[in-house]
Amino acid sequence: MKYLHDFGQYFIMLKGVFSRFTKWSALRKLIFKEIEDLIIGSLGIVAFIAFFVGGVIAIQTALNIDNPLIPKYLVGFATKQSVVLEFAPTFMSIIMAGKVGSFITSSIGSMRVTEQIDALEVMGINSLNYLVFPKLVSMMLYPFLITIAMFLGILGGWVASVYGGFSTHEDFVTGLQSDFDAYQIFYSYVKTFFFAIVLATVPSFHGYYMKGGALEVGKAATSSFVWTSVFIIILNYLITQLMLT
Amino acid sequence: MITVKDLHKGFDGVPVLKGISTVFEQGKTNLIIGQSGSGKTVFLKSLLGLHTPEKGTISFHDKIYSELSVNQKQDLREQIGMLFQGSALFDSMTVEENVMFPMEMFSKMTTDEKRDRANEVIKRVNLINANKKFPSEISGGMQKRVAIARAIVMNPKYLFCDEPNSGLDPNTSILIDNLILEITQEYNITTVINSHDMNSVMEIGQKIVFLQHGLKEWEGSNKDIFKTDNKAVTDFVYSSNLMKKVRKMYLEENK
Ligand SMILES: Nc1ncnc2c1ncn2[C@@H]1O[C@H](COP(=O)(O)OP(=O)(O)OP(=O)(O)O)[C@@H](O)[C@H]1O
Ligand SMILES: [Mg+2]
Repeated sequence: MKYLHDFGQYFIMLKGVFSRFTKWSALRKLIFKEIEDLIIGSLGIVAFIAFFVGGVIAIQTALNIDNPLIPKYLVGFATKQSVVLEFAPTFMSIIMAGKVGSFITSSIGSMRVTEQIDALEVMGINSLNYLVFPKLVSMMLYPFLITIAMFLGILGGWVASVYGGFSTHEDFVTGLQSDFDAYQIFYSYVKTFFFAIVLATVPSFHGYYMKGGALEVGKAATSSFVWTSVFIIILNYLITQLMLT
Repeated sequence: MITVKDLHKGFDGVPVLKGISTVFEQGKTNLIIGQSGSGKTVFLKSLLGLHTPEKGTISFHDKIYSELSVNQKQDLREQIGMLFQGSALFDSMTVEENVMFPMEMFSKMTTDEKRDRANEVIKRVNLINANKKFPSEISGGMQKRVAIARAIVMNPKYLFCDEPNSGLDPNTSILIDNLILEITQEYNITTVINSHDMNSVMEIGQKIVFLQHGLKEWEGSNKDIFKTDNKAVTDFVYSSNLMKKVRKMYLEENK
């Protein structure tokens, strides 16, 4: 019953985000600030994780194929497939649910408990539009972040394979180029787009409607992480089912 | 002037306000007093439209709030200044930016004009050398003053203050009270203040509404409050020995 109520409330929130717009000059500033916090601020961790996990994926694949009948270029191919289809869009988004998500929940949540949201409302500002819309817009740049993750993941795989002696440069590149399927890339970006929306709105929801004090802000951030991850996993399943089968 | 008629408000079936009617007068400091948890904040937030009443009406100069259109509500909101219990300054903005914020949102002034106006009110609340500081870098009393500056920067017709002097030392507290009183009279504002500071009650209580158990138990001025024999009021206001003595002295002086 509570879940149903929250689910309805979530869509009411989305409607609120797109009504009574804040002055454009103010929104523009907020959007740039959010791009800095949410996107630029995540570059470092995304690059770091993507590079090393890409390397591990390549090593694991290489170690698991000692059958001489399996072609050598498979390491490159498998790395590309895992990184582009799952690791970069999905796995990275779960990590972002922790980083970006808890940041959004705690920043909006602390504005709620210190009555800053009430202050906005008293001034006649639509606080949902003011707070959530810029986050949503800036998260439209999220696919760039994931592109970087894809690129660095594959680069990590290449470095680990070539310098670890698991594959040669030629074999790895052959693997990367084989069976190129534009539809799969499209699928990957469709997922990313939906995950971006979830990453911006679900944590905002948890922050905006929280009750209580500073302690509850922490709790809200935790449950926001759980729910954002759950939504990403479910959406991942649904989109995969719809697009790839 | 704000007229409240039969205001009801509760949460999850638990009533907090059980039918309050009163009038807050223009150019006066109207105080709402009552024990912690008696519903003062809920009352104030209902007046502001932050809580939707379950029953009853609130009128601003004869216009019933709930009957206004979205645009009319917006116009009204621009005439309202609010000082929150915890100041509610935007912590991502400096003092100056906080004070300029309402103008950034709603006025067509140039940046220089906005800055001049902001500095005018910042000076008015006696804040010096704080413009570029963030709320976390200044004291609670200074935060309150910034919040007052932000509340009055747009020349509001209505000013609401939720416990303007809680957590302040007596000096700063009196300073803030006097500031609110001065501004109220100078600009003929309808000011509504939540308080449980007895000093404020005596000093600036031009009209006092005493809330108890979700109802208006008593109302009158700070002169009346010395004379009343309403037990609920006297128990609340004259709970300390000091206040009992103050009352005795006042009554003897004004016999
Ligand atoms: N948003 C809310 N949801 C549920 N209950 C609430 C909410 N706001 C206030 N209450 C309840 O309403 C009652 C009155 O609270 P209120 O904050 O108005 O008291 P107050 O008179 O302002 O007290 P104080 O002097 O301590 O600030 C309390 O019992 C409180 O628990
Ligand atoms: Mg209160």
